[in-house]
Amino acid sequence: MTTTDAPKAAPPPRGKRRIGDAVFAGLARGSGLLILAILAGVAAFLVIQAWPSLLANTSNFLTDQSWDANTREDPSFGVAALAFGTVLAASIALLLATPVAIGIALFIVYYAPRKLAATLGYLVDLLAAIPSVVYGLWGMMVLAPQLVPVYEGMTHYLGWIPLFAGPSSTSGRTLLTAGIVLAVMILPIITAMSRDVFHQVPQGHREAALAMGATRWEMIRLAVLPFGKSGIVGGAMLGLGRALGETMAVAMILSPALAISFNLLQSGNQTIAAHIALQYPEATGYGVSALIAAGLVLFAITLAVNMGARYVVARGNKESA
Amino acid sequence: MAKRIDVSGLHVYYGDFLAVEDVSMTIEPRSVTAFIGSSGCGKSTFLRTLNRMHEVTPGARAEGKVLLDDMDIYGPDVDPVLVRSEIGMVFQKANPFPTMSIYDNVIAGARLNNKRMTKSEADDLVEESLRGANLWKEVKDRLDKPGAGLSGGQQQRLCIARATAVKPSVLLMDEPCSALDPISTLAIEDLIHNMKEDYTIVIVTHNMQQAARVSDRTAFFNLSAPGKPGKLIEMGETNQIFTRPEKKDTENYITGRFG
Amino acid sequence: MSTTTAQPPVPGPESGTKPDLRAGTLPRHFPLGLLVGCGVVVAGVLAAFSSFGLITWALLTAVAYSVIIVTASNRVEGGRKAKDRMVTAIVYGCFLLAMAPLVSLLYTVAGYGLDRFSPYFLTVSMNGVLPSMDAGGVYHAIVGTLAITGMATLLSVPIGVLTAVYLVEYAQGRIKKVITFFVDVMTGIPSIVAGLFVVALWMMLFGPGHTNGAAGALSLTVLMIPVVVRSSEEMLRLVSRDLREASYALGVPKWRTITKVVLPTSAAGLTTGIMLAIARVIGETAPLVLTAGSSAVSINWNLFDGQMMNLPVFIYSQFRMGGAVNYERAWAAALTLVLIVMLLFILARVIGRLFSPKTR
Repeated sequence: MTTTDAPKAAPPPRGKRRIGDAVFAGLARGSGLLILAILAGVAAFLVIQAWPSLLANTSNFLTDQSWDANTREDPSFGVAALAFGTVLAASIALLLATPVAIGIALFIVYYAPRKLAATLGYLVDLLAAIPSVVYGLWGMMVLAPQLVPVYEGMTHYLGWIPLFAGPSSTSGRTLLTAGIVLAVMILPIITAMSRDVFHQVPQGHREAALAMGATRWEMIRLAVLPFGKSGIVGGAMLGLGRALGETMAVAMILSPALAISFNLLQSGNQTIAAHIALQYPEATGYGVSALIAAGLVLFAITLAVNMGARYVVARGNKESA
Repeated sequence: MAKRIDVSGLHVYYGDFLAVEDVSMTIEPRSVTAFIGSSGCGKSTFLRTLNRMHEVTPGARAEGKVLLDDMDIYGPDVDPVLVRSEIGMVFQKANPFPTMSIYDNVIAGARLNNKRMTKSEADDLVEESLRGANLWKEVKDRLDKPGAGLSGGQQQRLCIARATAVKPSVLLMDEPCSALDPISTLAIEDLIHNMKEDYTIVIVTHNMQQAARVSDRTAFFNLSAPGKPGKLIEMGETNQIFTRPEKKDTENYITGRFG
Repeated sequence: MSTTTAQPPVPGPESGTKPDLRAGTLPRHFPLGLLVGCGVVVAGVLAAFSSFGLITWALLTAVAYSVIIVTASNRVEGGRKAKDRMVTAIVYGCFLLAMAPLVSLLYTVAGYGLDRFSPYFLTVSMNGVLPSMDAGGVYHAIVGTLAITGMATLLSVPIGVLTAVYLVEYAQGRIKKVITFFVDVMTGIPSIVAGLFVVALWMMLFGPGHTNGAAGALSLTVLMIPVVVRSSEEMLRLVSRDLREASYALGVPKWRTITKVVLPTSAAGLTTGIMLAIARVIGETAPLVLTAGSSAVSINWNLFDGQMMNLPVFIYSQFRMGGAVNYERAWAAALTLVLIVMLLFILARVIGRLFSPKTR
């Protein structure tokens, strides 16, 4: 033993370890580890229960577009059409919601009368508090009928774009309607993230812009938007993650169908989450197992998107620090 | 190019609170005027009213007259945006736009007014402004690098170049050296000395030696009593203020008896 | 709108020496006046064509206002100001655009919901009521929602808060990063996947087709834990270091410092976070359709025995039945649910505001 090892031999600074401390620290640590266990359990049970149907599947799970799993013999099913519908609906929501959310965040942070700003912010947060089943009810019974004439107009004037080719759905229960409702649902998420970064823009940068004779918009363009970019992107991706996994609103709005279609104004597409909710009550044979497999795919997609969002935000924080 | 500023009867409020009371003074063109005084005496607040930057702070407002060569910057129809492009400002903490290159930082303000600037005009303006800020030699080979990568003193000179690129006639400086080391401070002081040929310069400083070194005229601000608004106590030739102040308060302050 | 100011200001004789800081400026109350004017004119035009609709009116007014103010500003104040005004109009428009669905939603939920919303509706179940009968209520669903959400809260709050304590007070280095990372992962679990997890688990434990309230509560717990961890972590970090050190300096052990100083100081914030988390999961439908069943009609207080109806699933299943009376029930239940959520939401804000620690 060398003499430089002295600290090792020294007694611990606090005399005896208190029993209360040990118990409490153990409880806290246990809770943290329990979360890891739960998550491992989620992944494990899903894989275990999905496995039988994937083994029995007679077609390629990732590329097949049909869903014929409610049987004990030779099920044939795949998530291609579902994954496509999921990504398409969520992308529409993202495209519609992001610019509006940035506008709302700017409004609350820089435009709204200061005394009202917090209250107006709560109003936007309220959008996040409405249950998705209520959004579904509203989207299907109020919004969809309102959109029918709009869609007719779109097919008439924009029908040459394949996305909007006619004839449009007469019920309004299309992927575009679902996308619009999803956009409303993720609006508060993107807004909240954008508001946070806009609040963090250093006063110095804003004043620098104003002091050289910038108007309010020029100040935002010079100092606020470049600084807030990573927060906006991160917020948009979190919103995308939410839109991908949203179930009820989509299940209630879309008329049941299953196909890959780029047409936004006709029924035909379906999303993974909505498909699970709609199919589950009638699932027999390999049905439930196959739906769990579809759920795993959804989990993987949202996981990738959410990780991407955290990465973008973390990198942005590092840059601005 | 440089212009005179005449302030008369200016009060500054934060909401109902009177922060600065009844200031009248004349700031001469082509000279450096220093504002000194203890912390919280309202000198920075007052400085910000000279280009209406105080309006950025919620609840802040000013009453009174500020004439820029006979033009009241608080007059009706006067646009604060134009006021600020005529009266530039440099802040305590260097604040180059972090996402922009050195080049883009310098040109940012000028671009706002002149969108159709050609590449060569822009190049010329950047070089001229950076030379004017004694920074050209140090950065000419890395104009496309981020401005945030420069040292503190260089960043502050970059901010000065950015402010002068808008071609203002007055330059307000709010403790521009307080975050800098002595060598960088000296570089800025040299720069201030050179720039007074072309600009009216007003500088707020905590450092009395600095005021004595760079300024032609000095104004001393103080609180009339603790909790009371700040006031202009005395203003005169820097030499006179530091050697033969007329007011007792001023003498106490410059001899270090308080503040 | 004055037409004389349409030209840029003509330089005066002495403008060589005198700076001109004046810009053409629209009169101060011009925007407000214009807005009111646009509203009235658009209303008039719409009325003349007898096609007055609130949304059409708001939309056309906003468009007319934006176009006129930008054009006017461009002529009087110049391009930069016009752009500024345009962005201002757009930004206000974005906010109003977001309010439109909120107003429409609350309006329709209240409007349709009130048809059937009554003490009777709130206090009877669907036991013995055929789906198409003009009778029945949501009492059993309210019971189920309270039981399931209550149990989910009881499970997730201790785990969530203790994990937050662990992350803020104890964990260091690698394990802290790992737990933080996986809490993030958990935040992103789609609710339907949480439902599938419990389905998978229950299939292994009890065999296929087993649904009960506890399964629903467990799926909500998975969704609620990360929300509680996140908000609690934030609140605990707000407690200043000085306060902890003051306590240590008195010789108070760490665990008593946490339970007697840190947690009470942040109690209001923790409560707010927990209530928002409840508000978030109380409306979850998808996992409960999978786990708690969607066909229970009678009052069931036992989480471990048989299917358990709850408000979101009630709305969904009535909606799926598709008859007129079913839609009425769905809307009335939606009104009930929205009222509960709003109550939680507002209560959370009030508690957060009234009892927040004064350390900020």
